[in-house]
Amino acid sequence: MHSDPEAIRKSVRQYFMIGAALFVCTGITVAVNQVHLAVPLAITVALIIASIKGSMVASVFMHLSHEKRWIYGALILTVLFFIVLMSVPMFTVGDSIGTPIGAANASHSQPPER
Amino acid sequence: MNIPYTVEERPDSGLANGKLGIWLFLASEVMLFGALFSTYIILRTGAPEWPHGELNIWLGMINTFILIASSVTMVMAWAELKLHNWARHRLFLILTFVLAGVFLVNKYFEYSSHFAKGEGPWHSTFLAIYFTLTGLHGLHIVGGMVVMAYLLGPGAILFKRNPEQFVNRIEYTGLYWHFVDLVWIFLFPVLYLL
Repeated sequence: MHSDPEAIRKSVRQYFMIGAALFVCTGITVAVNQVHLAVPLAITVALIIASIKGSMVASVFMHLSHEKRWIYGALILTVLFFIVLMSVPMFTVGDSIGTPIGAANASHSQPPER
Repeated sequence: MNIPYTVEERPDSGLANGKLGIWLFLASEVMLFGALFSTYIILRTGAPEWPHGELNIWLGMINTFILIASSVTMVMAWAELKLHNWARHRLFLILTFVLAGVFLVNKYFEYSSHFAKGEGPWHSTFLAIYFTLTGLHGLHIVGGMVVMAYLLGPGAILFKRNPEQFVNRIEYTGLYWHFVDLVWIFLFPVLYLL
């Protein structure tokens, strides 16, 4: 975290530049959406751009690029739990993606062939 | 009795109480929104088909621009305070408050157009998760506005009594506000575009 006035004056310019970059990235996200890519590719592109935007907000606006170790420690723990939180539904539905609802259960309930 | 480490940093962590506190709060918020995002994944992957084009992309994009602009004004409110420009700090904080209000007005128009067509949360799975996620996010915007109103009004007196503590409060409010912006950065593509 900057505390001397000169460093803060330099940061002010950076804040406006990051703001402009976020505007441009938002425009790119919408423009890519207008191209009508295949759904998996569209999801990948949109989430990559959103992650870039998110990291800019976190590192510059939230000053995470120069924080104390305790903050990083708390956030690493949060990220680990977040990954678990996101993985649980993935594992749950991972074997039935693209299968019509009920079909997966129906195939399990069929008696084995003799 | 004064609460220790409201301004000075703790010797063990190198952080003031409020700084560690707001980050732990934000960590819990990550898990809250994370639970809803994982719910979205389950609902979407389990659905035979998922609606596209039900939401107004342009209104969503304008709201994204508004929140990004409010993040810039919020960080500027903190920077101007550090540079001892009280008037400019107030100007940027008021701008942030106004932009938050404009975001909610846009959201009101968006919600009312859905309800006018009978498209409430009960209408479909997509709209149920849309209203849940954006409604919770909207409540966070309202919460941020309440804190900003306090810092613009009665809370501003603290600056005369303990300027450093006031600067810290603006910083913590900013951290919360940027987090609200960050959540919207992911909500916008997930709900409006994909």
